[in-house]
Amino acid sequence: MTEIDEVAYRARQKSRAKALAIVLGAMVLLFYAISIAKLVINR
Amino acid sequence: MQTSVTTLKLPADWRDFVALMKPRVLTLVVFSGACGLIASNTAMHPVLAFAAILAITLGAGGAAALNQWYEADIDAKMARTAQRPVPSGRMEPQAALYFGVAISVFSVILMELVTNRLAAALLAGSILYYVIVYTVILKRRTPQNIVIGGAAGAFPPVIGWAAATGEVTLLPFLMFALIFLWTPPHSWALALFGKTDYAAAGVPMMPVVAGEAATRSQILLYTLAMAMVAVLPWALGLTGALYGWTATILSAAFIALSAQVARRTSDAAMREEKQLFIFSMAYLFVLFGALALDRVMSI
Repeated sequence: MTEIDEVAYRARQKSRAKALAIVLGAMVLLFYAISIAKLVINR
Repeated sequence: MQTSVTTLKLPADWRDFVALMKPRVLTLVVFSGACGLIASNTAMHPVLAFAAILAITLGAGGAAALNQWYEADIDAKMARTAQRPVPSGRMEPQAALYFGVAISVFSVILMELVTNRLAAALLAGSILYYVIVYTVILKRRTPQNIVIGGAAGAFPPVIGWAAATGEVTLLPFLMFALIFLWTPPHSWALALFGKTDYAAAGVPMMPVVAGEAATRSQILLYTLAMAMVAVLPWALGLTGALYGWTATILSAAFIALSAQVARRTSDAAMREEKQLFIFSMAYLFVLFGALALDRVMSI
């Protein structure tokens, strides 16, 4: 693998990792909000 | 001295995973699902309603990903689809398969968690129907692929309704029937101007198998049936005049465009067919929007 290939590979990995982190963060928030909503409904 | 050359393929970009979910098709899925939910006139916590729509979206996206995984060979032969992530080589087929299965399963679990078992079962059924019945069984075998397979795209308003109410009554069934009958004229209008693509890929779409004249007649027939179903909610007193008049006027315009397509013989430009295809999308958006608004106003 050339140096340019490796830079592109790492950049792609980084961009995917960032996207995944955002999705996981959003899921945490969503499940937190769902839990609160269910608590409110069942109160 | 020995030298070794390692060639590493770039992993798929995150945008390719978004493309795998067919985001343009998803807009209609989200909209019709939300309209089904709103039209039920059932009070639902906004967070749970949002999560239910998200589950419908992810379910449809997962089914689309599995569809693209399975159809990569025919997608590669058609200009319209050759640049999709799998046939273009930007994504490994296995990645598409895992992604599709993961978000499909997640969507059903999410639906079960936030709403009820009926909605989750309908969502699971719609995913399996699209992937197994339409993609695997029908698509490559019969020109009726769109007619029978069209049912998969008709599920979202029913799922939205079931998510809010826990049951399926006549109105969501009519919404299902409307999309079911709308799919053939919509898809065959596209198939008429994309006929060579389908023929090259060996997909037995109606214009390829039965010819253009038969397809044009079928478009008109299905449009007439669709128009009758479109006004039924008003005729049966399930909606008010806002929806009734919207359905009547838009359906008349749809019939006029379909009649134009039915009368014509082929030409290179296919102007009327393209017009019908574009109008058919606007038709469903406006009609479902009017239905949801009408039901909300009737409270």
